[in-house]
Amino acid sequence: MIMTNVNTVPGKKIVEHFGIVQGSTVRAKHVGRDFMASLKNLVGGELKGYTELLQDSRKEAMKRMEEQAALMGANAVVNIRFATSSVAQGAAELFAYGTAVRVE
Amino acid sequence: MEILLQNFDMIMFLTLMVIGYGMGTWAEKRHYRSIEQREKELIKLAVVTAEGSFPDGKVADSTLVSGSVVISIDYFKRLLAILRNIFGGRVKSYESLVDRARREAILRMKEQAKEQGAGMIINMRLETATIGRSANKKKRVGSIEAFAYGTAIVMNKT
Repeated sequence: MIMTNVNTVPGKKIVEHFGIVQGSTVRAKHVGRDFMASLKNLVGGELKGYTELLQDSRKEAMKRMEEQAALMGANAVVNIRFATSSVAQGAAELFAYGTAVRVE
Repeated sequence: MEILLQNFDMIMFLTLMVIGYGMGTWAEKRHYRSIEQREKELIKLAVVTAEGSFPDGKVADSTLVSGSVVISIDYFKRLLAILRNIFGGRVKSYESLVDRARREAILRMKEQAKEQGAGMIINMRLETATIGRSANKKKRVGSIEAFAYGTAIVMNKT
């Protein structure tokens, strides 16, 4: 599956459009990570646990989007956008959407 | 001794502040050094926010690349920011925090693109978010996340 965040797939021609595909996931931080993060909050610096958590969640959201596109018979997703929102205390929603297309 | 015990709160607070200031300043300086060094190394890899168009047969491959980082502020600077809230004006301590986060995110994206042998990154977008409300409410803006993504282009060798 080819993924891009531009309007086209550079160097290839789009032959068919399938419309919007999306994938999302809601993740909460776990207590251990939260505790370490609050310690780190004292001295500042990167919170590696959170970085990993968000990277994993984004991958999951992308995977769901990809599955949806594959069901439609697409072989590429163009114009991908990401969005983040916090739905509840300590939980974050990660959301990816794009347009499923078929390229040559 | 008794005075020490009576003012335990105050002493605790001061210790935290000093630790926060010392470690925070040191960590920030070290981070800036590493950012500057890595930016120099990756300067050849162009990143643009425009989409651009390519002539036929020039592009071999294109993939989505991304980089993200969560950075938190130290105790001392958070206190400064809270004080700033009273008088208003420029909150310098947060400026350096978001600056570091964004540059780090872009660097990670570039590193990922370089691994794939990309020649450039087009349509780069940046996003900032805070995770969860708790990071926000209880201790003010404790940490922010910067996320950079774009399309890496692998050029054909001609």
